[in-house]
Amino acid sequence: MSDPMRIRAQAQGDKTTVRILVSHEMETGLRRDTAGKLVPAQFIQSISATHNGNTVMNAQWGTSVSKNPFVQFSFKGGKAGDKVAVTWVDNRGDKRTDEAVIA
Amino acid sequence: MERRVFIQGGAAVLGAGMGAGLLPQDALAQNAPGWTKAAFESKTMAEAIKALGAAPATESKDVLLQAPEIAENGNVVRLSAVSNLPGTTQIGFVVEKNPFPLSALFDVPAGTDPSFAVNVKMGQTSNVYALARVGDKLFYSVKEVKVTLGGCGG
Repeated sequence: MSDPMRIRAQAQGDKTTVRILVSHEMETGLRRDTAGKLVPAQFIQSISATHNGNTVMNAQWGTSVSKNPFVQFSFKGGKAGDKVAVTWVDNRGDKRTDEAVIA
Repeated sequence: MERRVFIQGGAAVLGAGMGAGLLPQDALAQNAPGWTKAAFESKTMAEAIKALGAAPATESKDVLLQAPEIAENGNVVRLSAVSNLPGTTQIGFVVEKNPFPLSALFDVPAGTDPSFAVNVKMGQTSNVYALARVGDKLFYSVKEVKVTLGGCGG
């Protein structure tokens, strides 16, 4: 299991801005280790966020998203105190969900 | 002098390894549901756009891409894109000269702004494209990002 994501959600007017820092290696499968062997790919393929059961972000990623990925997006309708849940799934079936409260 | 030759030789070998751009066969690999494998494993931008099922992309001033002019570290390059086109349903990021150019593809659900930021890796200096899908058409804006240190993990 991986480390928790850091999620910050901030409401300003009718808009909520969400910033997510995921803890993930994002191995491309093109990198070699010190012994010269290719390190197998392991990267997040799908990441989504929900607010009150509604999907507010849904993305597909390739191998070229950075290690420990950062994402920012914003949506309408969030209020302070509401919860935003973020889930990712990688190419090996590992997954993780974390929640944050909108500030 | 000899040392210099050696370093250059090493860099060439490394470059060849990256250029091959082959994903190793991985028994553990199982793709996440809904992941458009064909698009993400395309080796050219044209192929990726084709795999997304869109007509050839056209340039548009209503797609705004923010990217650094010079990225000192290709491992972390912050890209952000905003689409001012009404009815934008998807926003994508493409790094033309990466082994797999398509980097990220965001859906735009109702109520979400067509505006996303993400960090990507860049192997070398390359054009970066922000794509916006409206209906079955793709629009883009492009910017060159100079990379002084590649992010291919070499």
